[in-house]
Amino acid sequence: MRLLFEMFMTFFKVGAFTIGGGYAMIPLIQVEIVEKKEWLTEEEFMDILVIAEATPGPVVINTSTYVGYKLMGLKGALLTTLGAVLPSFVIMLIIVNFLWQYRYNPLVEKVFLGIRPAVAALISSAVYKIFKQMRPNRIGILQAIITVIIILVFHISPAYIIIAAAMGAILYFKRREQDI
Amino acid sequence: MIYLKLLISFLKIGAFSFGGGYAMIPLIRNEVVEIHGWVTTGEFIDILALVEMTPGPIAINSATFLGYKMGGILGSVIATIAVILPSIIIILIIAHFLAKFKDSKYVDWVFRGIRPVVLGLVIAAAIAIAGDAFIDIKGFIIGALWFYLISFKRLHPIPAIVLAGAIGAIIY
Repeated sequence: MRLLFEMFMTFFKVGAFTIGGGYAMIPLIQVEIVEKKEWLTEEEFMDILVIAEATPGPVVINTSTYVGYKLMGLKGALLTTLGAVLPSFVIMLIIVNFLWQYRYNPLVEKVFLGIRPAVAALISSAVYKIFKQMRPNRIGILQAIITVIIILVFHISPAYIIIAAAMGAILYFKRREQDI
Repeated sequence: MIYLKLLISFLKIGAFSFGGGYAMIPLIRNEVVEIHGWVTTGEFIDILALVEMTPGPIAINSATFLGYKMGGILGSVIATIAVILPSIIIILIIAHFLAKFKDSKYVDWVFRGIRPVVLGLVIAAAIAIAGDAFIDIKGFIIGALWFYLISFKRLHPIPAIVLAGAIGAIIY
């Protein structure tokens, strides 16, 4: 019971502070779930990021469902996912009802001018942490650079890059296995 | 029947939104502006701005907002559940079977192939948002300082966001 409550609260916190899309919360999940609670190892967290990218849906939802299932089965999965969704759901309803009219308020804009660089810093910090954990070889670095170019220059959906990378990996390792 | 339309539309968005965040915007736009005409393009841009400022994944926030606008509280509950349902089901299936196939060499190969792509996706997200964030030298200084504090001084992400917002209100 205690664990269930802790799981709910942890993902509630993650859900409440995921600003500017899923990637900004990677450091938050790392601190809360890998370092503090130790519910996942660094490596498992990397694997979840891979799964989250390779499957549809927001990273936060994928991560919460996976962690919840791993710790407490179906019951845990539903609870952590609810925890992750609830903050944005409630905040959104409050905004639609009361604050939508203030959306051009200059103070709100100033606050977000400050938050945006912090979000950029959070995502960059995620890059640093993932790089340190992954320690990619030369092929890996090349793959990452190609991915960046495809996304930013050609605006191709990440789904295709992931499918191509998966198929490429199978061909590559298969061939290497045959060579030995 | 608006509830059924919301359900199907957001199931579709949830099922095909690979890559998270900004990648799903064209898909959402196509559903709510082009196909159903629930909002105009102008309103949709306003909603995006709002969604970006509110905590939570873009897909969920848009679902909650549009569901509420079209069908009140019940509409927002239906749209929100619909948008996350596909990922919950897919992740449960994967989590269930991953334990069994973890030692398969094919699974290992696929993971090793995709990991660098994930790194690339996160780098791309960082570059994209940096373009919006570093509008002047002040933004750049906050970004560089925060990166140092978060990465090396263990500044927790939550106070990092709150503090940056407060500083923004003062210096801009």
